[in-house]
Amino acid sequence: MIEVNNLTRKYGEKVAVNNISFSVEKGKIWGFLGPNGAGKTTTMRILTGYLPPTEGSAKVAGFDITKEPLKAKKHIGYLPEIPPLYNEMTVKGYISFVAELKGVSGKERKTAVGQAIEKAGLSAVAGRLIKNLSKGYRQRVGIAQAIVNNPDILILDEPTIGLDPAQIIEIRELIKSLRGEHTVILSTHILPEVTQTCDGVVIINEGQLRASGPLEEIQKKFSEENGIYLETEPEISEDELKGVDGIKDVLKSGNGYKLFWEDEEKGTKFLNEFIRSKSLNIKEWKRLSSTLEDIYLKIVASDKGGVK
Amino acid sequence: MKGLWAITKKEIKTYLTSPIAYVLIAVFLLISGYFFYNMIWWFNSQSIAMSRNPYYMRQLNINRFVYEPLFHNISVILLLIFPLLTMRLFAEEKRTGTEELLYTSSVTNTEIVLGKFLGATFVLFVMLLLTGVYAVFGYLYSSPETIPLLMGYLGLFLMGIAFIGIGLFFSSITESQVVAASLSFGMLLLLWVLSWSGQAAGPSLKPILNYLSFFEHFKDMPRGVLNLTDLVYYLSVTYFFLFLTQSYLESRRWR
Repeated sequence: MIEVNNLTRKYGEKVAVNNISFSVEKGKIWGFLGPNGAGKTTTMRILTGYLPPTEGSAKVAGFDITKEPLKAKKHIGYLPEIPPLYNEMTVKGYISFVAELKGVSGKERKTAVGQAIEKAGLSAVAGRLIKNLSKGYRQRVGIAQAIVNNPDILILDEPTIGLDPAQIIEIRELIKSLRGEHTVILSTHILPEVTQTCDGVVIINEGQLRASGPLEEIQKKFSEENGIYLETEPEISEDELKGVDGIKDVLKSGNGYKLFWEDEEKGTKFLNEFIRSKSLNIKEWKRLSSTLEDIYLKIVASDKGGVK
Repeated sequence: MKGLWAITKKEIKTYLTSPIAYVLIAVFLLISGYFFYNMIWWFNSQSIAMSRNPYYMRQLNINRFVYEPLFHNISVILLLIFPLLTMRLFAEEKRTGTEELLYTSSVTNTEIVLGKFLGATFVLFVMLLLTGVYAVFGYLYSSPETIPLLMGYLGLFLMGIAFIGIGLFFSSITESQVVAASLSFGMLLLLWVLSWSGQAAGPSLKPILNYLSFFEHFKDMPRGVLNLTDLVYYLSVTYFFLFLTQSYLESRRWR
């Protein structure tokens, strides 16, 4: 759905985005992570056709954004960092204007506007002037305008910034509900937001791509700990586990054990055989992994430490 | 072209829902009405004074003594008012970030520029329409010639759209409305006074300065004369500045 190839954007001498490539599958939600000034907004602006790239290309919904901008833009819904709202308009009037601007034809417009307003939870304030709305509602209006043309791709620049915790949860739920129908890219620096809502992640720092891929893959790749957490019924002893082939180390943890592989394939096989032979019930078997926060901090900190 | 219509409608609505247009139209009508009242009063007193002399009576022509100077005065009021009307067109969108919506929608820059131009032209049209009262007044109590009146209005309209073109351009290059208004006001004043320095400029420069001056091209219209050069002048100034605006928008995205 989205393909970014060797994208570079310079502002004068300053390189804001440096040779970034990644791709996002249809129907998934991807998080765009990075500290302030990392190049998130610039990349999003390029993807939406607001800024042209200095080098490289971006394909959105099959159209090159610089070569066929009008066709590509038809498939994009975009919420900029500051929602682009006309204060003197009513919510409904504004959404209707955006629908018209995005080429939603006369007959469908009324339904499209109604749906966008409902999805974004704006029915109660549809007739009010935008300037009289609270920040949370303004953000919702921003989301409503982004989804009004039912775009294949949604690009949301910090959709939950400046909202109170309850509003953040609401907006997050709204974004989750868009999964499947829409491909969503959202930028944020709230890490739990990514773990909770996103299928994949792109981490950039200082304009450079540090990691990209499905969340699990990233967690697996950047995890220092190659092992599992195992809890069985009845409990087994540490020594017994240490005797299993392919297991390097065993550590007691809560009601179970952390097992570290010497050889994952071999270890998994022998551990399974061992459990079967002892007729144990597995209460929990999960891969040990670093949290996204650990991974993110590791990546960003390594850049700061001059490891380049 | 759907985008053009959407933007035109939005601009008109914005003018109608914000106080700016109403205030400017009110000020415009107040001042132009004041001029009209004074001219009619003067014309009336002259008519009474000369009513005993048939030769002078024949010289008194309401088109020449009321409408012609009135049109000139109105053109100056428009010059003073239009920078204020056009200053927000692009500058405000830039400041509030709404331009990001326009430039990421599937509308072309040309549609955006023309939409905004037509929105402001609508206000010009309303202003001129409201001054129609002065013409109606003339028809009720006297018998003005129709062609010079219509030509006067055509001249004001042409001059007005050129003002809008210039205002639109200066609004597109800054995010400060005050800067936009100052620049377009300066530009309009310059184009107004060019012919003055034409007197001192010597024979080679004089025709050029005269040609460039806004009001030189307006002179003949309220007298009922339409010169092709005048028509071409106003239309090309308008086109030039719209083109400049469009090119600027195009280049801005590539910088």
